[in-house]
Amino acid sequence: MSEALTLHFDVNGEDFTSAGQASVRFKKNMRELGVDPEIIRRASIAMYEGEINMVIHAHGGCADVEVTEEAITITLSDKGPGIPDIAKAMQEGYSTAPDNIRQLGFGAGMGLPNMKRYTDDMKIESTVGVGTTVTMRIDLPK
Amino acid sequence: MQVKEFAEKCSLTVLSLPNGEREIKGGYVGDLLSWVMGRAKADQAWITIMSNQNIIAVAALIDVACIILAEDVQLEENIIENAKAKGVNILATKLPAFEAAKLLIESE
Repeated sequence: MSEALTLHFDVNGEDFTSAGQASVRFKKNMRELGVDPEIIRRASIAMYEGEINMVIHAHGGCADVEVTEEAITITLSDKGPGIPDIAKAMQEGYSTAPDNIRQLGFGAGMGLPNMKRYTDDMKIESTVGVGTTVTMRIDLPK
Repeated sequence: MQVKEFAEKCSLTVLSLPNGEREIKGGYVGDLLSWVMGRAKADQAWITIMSNQNIIAVAALIDVACIILAEDVQLEENIIENAKAKGVNILATKLPAFEAAKLLIESE
């Protein structure tokens, strides 16, 4: 793999039950590339959490993936309400998800912490009223 | 133990078994999906009472050996079809999660 491989996924914000389609497709793409299964697992869980966040809070968004020899980089962008206090959002157990989402088993306040846990680097850029961009990097073994 | 052997030995209901030869290596009990995604490990059996469509994506992504639905929780037919399509094994039991976990431990 000499050139970077890029993938683009639109995340539909209308249908919560189908959330995860982009992550499952991403996982399949990574398998076909022969990426290590544990790295695929970490990257696809992180991407799924991001996807769920965009569906819950931002009416959807998009995910762009870049795979090089060094790393997988996932960029999740939405035009949602933004995150007023990123440090608070990063705390395990803190959640602003509504009750109907909690009944489905989400909204435990573990989404962003899981994304950080499973990636080697994570950056959140967010402007209230404009949107949020989360960039995650998972390093690939040399 | 393989998922299909475990289902047979413990008389669990088989809802979806596209990968019955998968080996179960331990288990995890939980219903909060993000919590499960943060803590469960690949190849474990995941015992839950959650029954919405999202459990299939979660199980596929964390790569568990199977889902074990406890407490006689029912699944809609389209969710079972989705599980089969995504290669996710699902077993079901009337037992509570604690008793289901005991079956898992006793079969190790």
